Amino acid sequence: MALRGNWMYENNGGTCVAIAGADYCVIAADTRLSVGYSIYTRDYSKICKLADKCVMASSGFQGDLKALQKNLAAKHLIYQHQHNKQMSCPAMAQLLSNTLYYKRFFPYFTFNILGGLDSDGKGCVFTYDAVGSYERVGYSAQGTGAGLIIPVLDNQLKSPSPLLLPAKDAVTPLLEMEAVDLVKDVFASATERDIYTGDKVEILVINASGIRQELMELRKD
Amino acid sequence: MSMILSSTGFAQSMTKTDPFLFPPFAAAAPASAKDRALGANKSGPIKIFKHDPTRFDVTSCGSGQVRIVPGSTRSITRPFSVSIAAWSSSVRIGQLNYRVGSNSSIQDLIRLTYLQKRATVEKLMARFAADAPTRGGFSFDLCQRNEMLLKKGNQLPTFRKTGTTIVGLVFEDGVILGADTRATEGPIVADKNCEKIHYMAPNIYCCGAGTAADTEAVTDMVSSQLQLHRYATGRESRVITALTLLKSHLFSYQGYVSAALVLGGVDITGPHLHTVYPHGSTDTLPFATMGSGSLAAMAVFESKFREGLTRDEGIKLVSEAICSGIFNDLGSGSNVDVCVITRGQTEYLRNHQLPNPRTYVSSRGYNFLKGHTEVLSTKITPLKSKVEAAAEVDAMEE
Repeated sequence: MALRGNWMYENNGGTCVAIAGADYCVIAADTRLSVGYSIYTRDYSKICKLADKCVMASSGFQGDLKALQKNLAAKHLIYQHQHNKQMSCPAMAQLLSNTLYYKRFFPYFTFNILGGLDSDGKGCVFTYDAVGSYERVGYSAQGTGAGLIIPVLDNQLKSPSPLLLPAKDAVTPLLEMEAVDLVKDVFASATERDIYTGDKVEILVINASGIRQELMELRKD
Repeated sequence: MSMILSSTGFAQSMTKTDPFLFPPFAAAAPASAKDRALGANKSGPIKIFKHDPTRFDVTSCGSGQVRIVPGSTRSITRPFSVSIAAWSSSVRIGQLNYRVGSNSSIQDLIRLTYLQKRATVEKLMARFAADAPTRGGFSFDLCQRNEMLLKKGNQLPTFRKTGTTIVGLVFEDGVILGADTRATEGPIVADKNCEKIHYMAPNIYCCGAGTAADTEAVTDMVSSQLQLHRYATGRESRVITALTLLKSHLFSYQGYVSAALVLGGVDITGPHLHTVYPHGSTDTLPFATMGSGSLAAMAVFESKFREGLTRDEGIKLVSEAICSGIFNDLGSGSNVDVCVITRGQTEYLRNHQLPNPRTYVSSRGYNFLKGHTEVLSTKITPLKSKVEAAAEVDAMEE
């Protein structure tokens, strides 16, 4: 992202990944906040818990991300007062899309991934662009390291062409432990080659029993 | 014969400055043309006039305008037009005869004319060019073309920069140089363990920051020159010799050779440490840092450096400075290289420190199952036929 002449935005770097499983969802993001060739902080959380079973991770301009998170939290609160329940993940996905498109002509410079469990308890991952186009997928990566990570996830998780083998379900058949292992390895690999990814990775696992958080060290150079 | 004006699409690639199209010595087209009128090609800006084929003339072709005066009284002037198409029904260029038929498209005819004109001009220009002496150094002939391409939206290919931290300091017995080992291409690490401390002479080493190709080339070149000088003089090379060779080379390229160097060594006159900037200026210093991580490393040096450090203290300080660059600058990373130069001895400590091991390796491993990669088509070429061909060649040789 070359926004050198663009005083309104800044790219703070970072990478996020999410994988949906049959009854769990893994979301991870690194914790480095950088600008240009410098590091602002090694300890910045890019993940935000929007609802009970719904978590959002974003990379891009963190100033816009903070504003977006507050916006969604407020809208969620109103929803809870009006409907007397928490928003489901697909509903939150639509809300995020509308919120992003509302600012179509002065966008939030954020590349978001929404992850959680849908009303049936199956894992779901929604991936967005900066202005709100979204799609439910089985896995996704966004940010500066996404180009290094997505090919690996494609190879490991994507079903090959339906011409050769029967199509697999969008959610991966991997077990929770295996998915977390894959996410850790994929982050370690991205850190080797992307200068904006590193320090630590925050991994959240959402399943029927709640949300579990884990922090793993990465290269600090 | 029909007279065709340019299609704007084709004219774009031949601008006013194209020497083949608008040579200073443009000749008028011969007037005898007995070709048939071109078929109907009614696309946009192209106009076709049918008229008496024996009565048309090109009036001028040198100023970016073509005035075509057909047999009728209408004349059309168009800026940047291509020259008249098809003076005859066939065009001879070199050994080849291009035939123009009634089915030719306008583009074909325009191209043929261009080729013919170009062949003529090339012959004439070759005569002049042969007299010009060959010059060394950079040729800036393509700069105009590059600018035009940039305006069109093409992007120049990027160079690989090293995005580096390099340092040097003078200690009691000599000079210590240090460098990180990361080479970046924009935001991606191209080489996790490259060598930035280059050999110049047995007693002189040079760290390089900036464009990797430039630092390599310039240090290799000066290193060769120093060796030749050693053979000529029979003496050990001096650091100021290397310095002068580097700075005069870089200055003559006016900063286009993007090499920022930290040059250090010990010769008969003592230990020396210099920095060389891409434009050719130099500094002589007791401690120096260069590259994108130079501020981080200089911060360490400014707080901890003092005159007369011992060897171990010096190595420790250099390593600390490089580590500071590695951890605080995103353009630097991976490992620490150190080079200690003293009177009569040089120690190159490659990967003196490795403070960045990979943090996680998957124990599961990766499976690449059969069928995961789609095979779209298979073609099997038997090699037997090639063996036969070889036998034929042998027969002919006999």
